[in-house]
Amino acid sequence: MRFLLDDEQREFGRTLNGLLAAAGTPAVVRAWSAGDTAPGRALWARLAEAGVFALAVPEEHDGLGPLPVELAVAFGELGRHAVPGPLVETVAAAALLDRLDDGDVMRTWLPQIASGKAVVSLCAPGANSPYALDADACDAVFVIDDDTLRVAEGHGKVQASLDPARRLARPHGGPVLGRGPEVIAAAAHAADVAALATAAQSLGLGRALLARTVDYARQRTQFGVAIGSFQAVKHRLADTLIALEFAQPLLYAAALMLATAHPAAGREIAAAKVSAGEAAYAAARTALQLHGALGYTEELDLSLWIRKARPLRDAWGTPSACRARVLAP
Amino acid sequence: MDLDFTAAQDAFRAEARAWLAAHVPDAPLPSLETAEGFAAHREWERTLFADRWSVVSWPEEYGGRGASILHWLIFEEEYYAAGAPGRVSQNGINLLAPTLFEHGTAEQRARILPPMASGEVIWAQAWSEPEAGSDLSSLRSTAVRTDGGWRLSGQKTWSSRAAFADRAFGLFRSDPDTPKPHQGLTYLMFPLDAEGVTVRPIGRLDGKPAFAELFLDEVFVPDEDVIGEPGQGWRVAMSTAGNERGLTLRSPGRFIASADRLTALWRERAAASGTALRDRVVDAVIGARAYQLFTYANASRLAAGRPIGAESSLNKVFWSELDIALHETALDLLGPYGELADGAPEAPAHGSWAEGHTFSLAGPIYAGTNEIQRDIIAERLLGLPKGRR
Repeated sequence: MRFLLDDEQREFGRTLNGLLAAAGTPAVVRAWSAGDTAPGRALWARLAEAGVFALAVPEEHDGLGPLPVELAVAFGELGRHAVPGPLVETVAAAALLDRLDDGDVMRTWLPQIASGKAVVSLCAPGANSPYALDADACDAVFVIDDDTLRVAEGHGKVQASLDPARRLARPHGGPVLGRGPEVIAAAAHAADVAALATAAQSLGLGRALLARTVDYARQRTQFGVAIGSFQAVKHRLADTLIALEFAQPLLYAAALMLATAHPAAGREIAAAKVSAGEAAYAAARTALQLHGALGYTEELDLSLWIRKARPLRDAWGTPSACRARVLAP
Repeated sequence: MDLDFTAAQDAFRAEARAWLAAHVPDAPLPSLETAEGFAAHREWERTLFADRWSVVSWPEEYGGRGASILHWLIFEEEYYAAGAPGRVSQNGINLLAPTLFEHGTAEQRARILPPMASGEVIWAQAWSEPEAGSDLSSLRSTAVRTDGGWRLSGQKTWSSRAAFADRAFGLFRSDPDTPKPHQGLTYLMFPLDAEGVTVRPIGRLDGKPAFAELFLDEVFVPDEDVIGEPGQGWRVAMSTAGNERGLTLRSPGRFIASADRLTALWRERAAASGTALRDRVVDAVIGARAYQLFTYANASRLAAGRPIGAESSLNKVFWSELDIALHETALDLLGPYGELADGAPEAPAHGSWAEGHTFSLAGPIYAGTNEIQRDIIAERLLGLPKGRR
C-alpha cells in the first residue's frame, strides 16, 4: 500500500493550479454569471489541452481514462479556483456515455468531450434536481428519465441560483438515445462520478477559502494586533483545516475504489461527498465570519467562493442522501 | 497511489486474526483501573508477549517482530476487531520506548525494553505537576546531583497507571538558573516503590483510580536511569510527545471497531431511533474511516521518508472528538440503559459504552489539551501569529 499521490499526480495538480492562477478566474466567473460565456469557453479549451476532460474518456475514444484519482486531483484545482461551468456534468456525461452500448453515440460525443470541443450538461436521477446546470451555455444536455436517455431539444427559462455562476434550467424534449436497464446502470455510474468530482471541487473550494481567510487574519488588525493572534480565531481556522484534511483521504479512497469497481465504492463516495461538502461549507462560514462585514459583500472576490459552497454541498447527493447511503445494508 | 495490501501483509493479518481468535478471553477482563483488573491485564500482556504480539513493531531482540508501521496498523485493526483487552502497558510501549529507541543507550534498551514488552514491569508516566499541565516548561520538581546519580524531590500528579504500576518516567528540573524555562530539565526513570516515593491514587470521574499523585522526597536515581543528556530533557520529551499525539497513541483500529459496534447497535434500534440519531451514527462511521485513511496516508508518508511534525496535532484533535461522538451516540441509542454503569445488573450487553464514554471525555485533556493542539495547528501549519494563550 502506498496511499499517497505519486509525483506525476502531484505535478499535474500543480500545473493546473498554476494555469488557473494565471488565468484570473474571478473575472471569468463574473462574466459567466452575467451570461457572457466566452471567457469561460476559452478557459475550458485550455483545461482540455491540459488533459482534464480526457481523464473521463477511455482511450479508444481519444481519452486518457477513466482515471478517477486524477479526476479528483483536477477537480480539486477547479474548485480551488472556482472555475464556472458544467465541469462535473461534462465528466459525468462522459462516464454515462462510456457505459452505453451505442457505438454511434459514443463516437459522436466522447472524443469531443475529451478534446474540450463539447461542453455538455446532464440531468440525471442521482442529482435529484429537475434542473440542468448551464443548459444555455452547452452543446448538449443529456437527460435521463427512469430508463430512458434523451438529448434535450431545448430548455425552459434560465433561473437564477444563489450562486450566480450556476445557471439552472429545465431541459425538455429531444430524441431518445437509449433505453433499458443499461441506461439505469450507466446513470448510477455517472452519478457516482459526479458525486466524486463535486466532492473534489468542494474540497478545493474549502482550501481556497481557508487560505484566503488565513491571509486576511494575518494582516487585519484590531485592538492593535493581527486578529489571527486571537485564540478564538485560531481555533476556528484550525478546525476548518482539520475538517478539510480528514475529508481528503476519503476522497482519494473513493476515487481508488471507483477505479477498481470495488463493491463498497458507492458508500465510500457518499462518505467523501458528505465530508467534503460539509467541510467546505463550514470553511465558507468561517471565511465569512472572520472577514466580517467585508466578507458579506459581492465586490470582494471571496464571495465567488462563498456562494459556491452551499450548492456544491447539496449537488449530486445531499448530505442526508449520502448519509443514508453510507449506512445502507 | 493504492490501498492494496501485499500478500505478505494479508498473511500477517490472517496470522494475527487466527492467534487472537484462539487467545482473546471469552469474557471481558475486569477494568484495568482496579487491582484485580490490573493483574489480569498484566497476565494478558504476558500471553501476548509469549507469541511476540505485544510489541510487533519493535526489533526482534527486544521481543518484537520488527514489523513496519503498516503491519502494526494491521495488527491493531485485528486486535480491536477481536475485542481484545485494553493495553495496560501502553505508557511504556507508546511513550517511553520510542524515547529509548531515539535517545536511550544500548544498555538501557537491553535492560528496560524486554520486561516492558512482557508486562513484567509496567510503567506510569510522571509528566504533569499541580501547576504544570499543558505548560510542561513550568515544571518545578527537582533533580539534584549526588554521588553516582540524582535525588528527586517534588510532586507529580495525574500520573496515569501509577496506582498499580512498577516504575515511572518524567521530567525534572536539574538546573534552576537557566534563562528559559524549558532549559535545565532532565528526563529520568524511577521505581514507584523506591524509598521516598509516596503514591496516592486519585479516583477518576467514575471513581476508579486511573491515575495517582506522586510525592517524591529525595528519591535516589542512578546515572544509568537518565535518558539523554542531563539538561536536555525537554528536547528528549518533545520527541516522545510527538509520538504520543501522532500515530501510536490511538490507532484507527480502535475507532473502526467502535464504529462497527455502534452500527450494530443502531441496526438493532433503527426503528426506534429516527434520522437525527442515524446521521450521528453515520458521521461517527465516516469519522472512523477518515481517521483510518488519514493514518494510512501518514504511514505511507513515513515509509517514503517524510517526517510527521505538527500534523500530529490534527490527529489528536480529530480522534479525541471522534471518540466522544462515538460514545455519546451509543449512549443516546441506549436511552435509559445508557446511564447504567458497566457491570450494573441490567447494563446493556453491548460492550463497555459507559466506561468508554467516561474515558473518551478525557481525550481532549490528556496528551496536550485540544486548545494547545489547535494553537499548534494554527501557528505551525497555518502560519498564524503567536498570541497570548
